[in-house]
Amino acid sequence: MRNTARPSVDGAHQQDLTGWGRTAPTRAFVAHPKAANELAIGMSDHGPRGVIPRGLGRSYGDAAQNAGGNVVCTDRLAGRCELDPVSGRAWVSAGISLGKVIEEVLPRGWFPAVVPGTQFVSIGGAIASDVHGKNHHRDGSFCGHVTAIELVTGSGGQLTLTPSGTDSEAFWATAGGMGLTGVITQAQLQLRPVQTAHVRVETTRTNDLADSMNVLKEADATAHYTVAWVDLLRRGRGRGRGIVTAGAHALPEELGATRSASVKMPPNRRLASVPSVPTRAGVLHPTAMALFNDVYFRRAPARPTTTFAPIWGYFFPLDVVGHWNRLYGRAGMLQYQFVIPDQATDQLIPMVDRLLADGIPIYLAVLKRLRDVPGPLGFPLSGWTLAIDIPVAVANLGPALDRLDAHVAECGGRIYLAKDSRMRADLVPVMYPRLDEWRAVRDRLDPEQVMHSDLDRRLSLVARSSGHKGLLNA
Amino acid sequence: MRDALGRIQSVLLIGGSSEIGLAIVRGLPRIDGASVCLAGPDRPEMEQVARMLRTEGFGEVRVLDFDACAPTDPHGFVAEAWAVEPDVVIVATGYLGDQATASHDPDMALRLIDINFRGLVPALVEIGQRLKTQGHGTLVVMSTVAGERPRVANYTYGAAKAGLDAFTRGLAASVDHAGVQVLVVRPGFVRTRMTAHLTPVPFSTTPDKVAAAVAAAIGGPSKTIWVPGILRWVMRLLRALPESIFRRLPA
Repeated sequence: MRNTARPSVDGAHQQDLTGWGRTAPTRAFVAHPKAANELAIGMSDHGPRGVIPRGLGRSYGDAAQNAGGNVVCTDRLAGRCELDPVSGRAWVSAGISLGKVIEEVLPRGWFPAVVPGTQFVSIGGAIASDVHGKNHHRDGSFCGHVTAIELVTGSGGQLTLTPSGTDSEAFWATAGGMGLTGVITQAQLQLRPVQTAHVRVETTRTNDLADSMNVLKEADATAHYTVAWVDLLRRGRGRGRGIVTAGAHALPEELGATRSASVKMPPNRRLASVPSVPTRAGVLHPTAMALFNDVYFRRAPARPTTTFAPIWGYFFPLDVVGHWNRLYGRAGMLQYQFVIPDQATDQLIPMVDRLLADGIPIYLAVLKRLRDVPGPLGFPLSGWTLAIDIPVAVANLGPALDRLDAHVAECGGRIYLAKDSRMRADLVPVMYPRLDEWRAVRDRLDPEQVMHSDLDRRLSLVARSSGHKGLLNA
Repeated sequence: MRDALGRIQSVLLIGGSSEIGLAIVRGLPRIDGASVCLAGPDRPEMEQVARMLRTEGFGEVRVLDFDACAPTDPHGFVAEAWAVEPDVVIVATGYLGDQATASHDPDMALRLIDINFRGLVPALVEIGQRLKTQGHGTLVVMSTVAGERPRVANYTYGAAKAGLDAFTRGLAASVDHAGVQVLVVRPGFVRTRMTAHLTPVPFSTTPDKVAAAVAAAIGGPSKTIWVPGILRWVMRLLRALPESIFRRLPA
């Protein structure tokens, strides 16, 4: 307890950290080890508050924070990306971004099997959050295409885990394990062959939330990639109208002469970057956002249309604006992402209506269908997921989201831990019924409970040893 | 841990039946089922408070014995208080005593110093270490404007609070790098049981107003707050007055 000496990880310095939502900062000793052995030393030399890895800080909440403890950033671990051009398997370092991996492998005819909505996630983070993408209905989540994980555990042991090998349990506890099984140093990914760097996109406008759901579900039957953007700032009958895009990797013959009929890289541009916004509530306003949504909606063709888009713009539309999270001001923002099972489909619209009746402005809303994943702490299940961006500086946000949490839990749904920054600890075992199974594997990998994060402390994810009771499970 | 909405999960109150302390506990933004630890010398009263808090949406409410007059094992006490890691620690023990007695009775004078300052120091040292280690949280210490310039009516109490105030500000500086906030609260006259027998003076306030000011300051940049806020400037003026004039001011 009295050990307040600085951890001796090379170059560790104290720094305030937040997630992408820029809420609830805490201070930690932050280190940037350059090699796995350096990392292992740092792990064995942890202080009383333990260690959590951090990739690119794109979790919205406090998953990659560790108040008073060590945070091991993976950004300087050697940037390995070795592709076997025959099998399409690539060994990649945990700290490099998915965008970098794409830049390496796409010109050689390969593409990650699953990508989330931003290229700025680290490979380690993508595994620890078991991210999902527009093809989840077909291909499942990121970890379903990971063939091996190199893990440094809390006790400093170095393990190679595979999804069906001798310790597949440890693999699946690490997939979606929020970094709490250890630090992922590298991973082997099974990539997908592609012939071009473009996506054929079919765009369909929808009239309301029910229509968006129907069109999306229909598109899932045939399309490789689907997602629905829905407008939840629109009042009245058009509430939840939106744009459903269905995509597939374009074939060279489809692209024609005007575009390079090869996997030549289209430019990966950042058009603008948002400076710090000094006001508490930021520069976004419900009326302005409603207007923006209206323009965005009307820009989409009224009748279903097929176009071709470079992969960057199609998969990562928000990445063209750097630091867009700053638009929400000093108070920050949160993303509330939940999934409800198919049996509860009829609850989705009442849930949204209730939130809107509570006066919660939803600036961005994305709808997608998911299916089950193998990991005990995996978020996706067979049903509907809605991800909504909300500024934190909104009156009554706490109670409104608490009510929605309860409704989601009642329906057998869950909140995505990689996005959470505010839910109640006692709902975690309800939403994640395999929590104890995950804890048992986690404790086996890290018996001294070295791995800890703010998310873990807030939600009591790691089983508390005696004399160290977590909130509400005392 | 505080969440994205600034809501706390657990709070430790030293001075577990203090009206101001409890007003602060109730006024903090909190998640449903947040836990509370009450520490003080009057167990029956704290047990009663605990029962009330449980009906108000708090979760686990624990009661610990702590007596600033009879110092026990501060390390053990703080370790027990930390069974649930607090996001906010409030030190709100206060004993106004009777200045008329304290002016001629050394025991009474020492008692005032003990309860309001000396007896709190060992616990504050331990709390400072705990907060520094955990790297987050806010320590709220109830000081008073009476500590800023001694007056005949309550100078022993004021001296003790001045000591506590100075100690706390030093502690604040020592844990500043660790990501911990220390908040010194200097209210004017607060209408409570402790002051019920006294006539309110200008700029008097209520426990709820103190609580609102504390809730607003938690997580922010503030280190010292006055309640009401105008007292910051009133006290600055009073401190600048020559002693000869200050003494002639009405009590």
